[in-house]
Amino acid sequence: MNQQVPLWKIFLVFAKIGAFTIGGGYAMIPIIQAELSRRGWIPDEDLPDIVALSQSAPGVMAVNISIFAGHRLRGVKGSIAATLGSITPSFLIILAIAMFFTAFRDNPFVERAFQGIRPVVIALILVPMVNMARKCCLRWWHWVLAGGSLVAVALLNVSPVYIILSVLAIGFAVTYFKEVRP
Amino acid sequence: MSIAALLLQLAWTFLVIGALTFGGGYAMLSLIQNEVVVHHAWLSESAFTDIVAISQMTPGPIGINSATYVGYDVLYGATGSHLAGVFGSMTATLALMLPSFVIMLLVVRFYTRFRTSRLYGGTMAWLKPAVVGLIGAAAVILMVKVHWDGWVPEVSLVRDNFPDWKSWGLLAAAFAASKWGRVNPILLILLAAAAGLILY
Repeated sequence: MNQQVPLWKIFLVFAKIGAFTIGGGYAMIPIIQAELSRRGWIPDEDLPDIVALSQSAPGVMAVNISIFAGHRLRGVKGSIAATLGSITPSFLIILAIAMFFTAFRDNPFVERAFQGIRPVVIALILVPMVNMARKCCLRWWHWVLAGGSLVAVALLNVSPVYIILSVLAIGFAVTYFKEVRP
Repeated sequence: MSIAALLLQLAWTFLVIGALTFGGGYAMLSLIQNEVVVHHAWLSESAFTDIVAISQMTPGPIGINSATYVGYDVLYGATGSHLAGVFGSMTATLALMLPSFVIMLLVVRFYTRFRTSRLYGGTMAWLKPAVVGLIGAAAVILMVKVHWDGWVPEVSLVRDNFPDWKSWGLLAAAFAASKWGRVNPILLILLAAAAGLILY
């Protein structure tokens, strides 16, 4: 029966999901669950698997969920419809704000409001970093890795691209020779 | 630089970011910021900080939102044309998602093998701490600028983001409210806007 779900319907349902998700991946889960299981598109018990895989693949988690769920419904076409649907509302909103904001950026009230907002944005980047560090930095060498990449990027102007590529290579090699091969 | 060349550069930049983001929106922000502010110098630190604030308040994932916004700003800034800006935001957003598409379609195919792979789990255990460092670096770069004069580092504050002691107070208050008070980020940004209007 999944073959009968029309693409425009997939697009619209995911557009609705995208419009009501503020804050990204995890905020999306309850809305996805409500919309998809109500329609009988994807059973509740499959959702944890979809979320786990979307989380471990690179990229934006919400996009990965849409690709995966759309694929379940109509294959590659379904994933394209779902992804375009889920990003369209925020795309239009951001575009409208971007056009509007360039005209108002120099307004003294806007400037003063953003003067207050900017330091708070940095706090909002630091908090998830601290929370992540407490979850994943369990051994001393985890801290060395975290501190090393911070110093390399922030102080030595190394591109994060090189950090990610080299840690991927090292992690892969170490895991392979320590756990998979012996 | 011609518009076509700039669009191509934008597409490549966001393609790489999309392929290398492990660990969610803030990890992606650190990559976007480094490419856009540090490497290409398309936007200033404060312009980027404003974009992050707006991306956080609007629906949709923060990574996609900031890519859309950055794409618009870069092209609009270079040409002064809104239409070019629209093309810029489409280019950045689609390029960011393209690697996810390819990778997820492969993942779907090798579903169970991928999930139980020890190799994948082990590699990720290495990557996660590094990503924590990258997110920390994104915050630091929005606070201080480091310029190397040979072997001598010159450290200066990013004055647009931190003009005075009041801004450091706002940072500390927001950190505490978010970390221990669990105040919603959107509410915090609205409060910060009100504080800005009163303090400045």
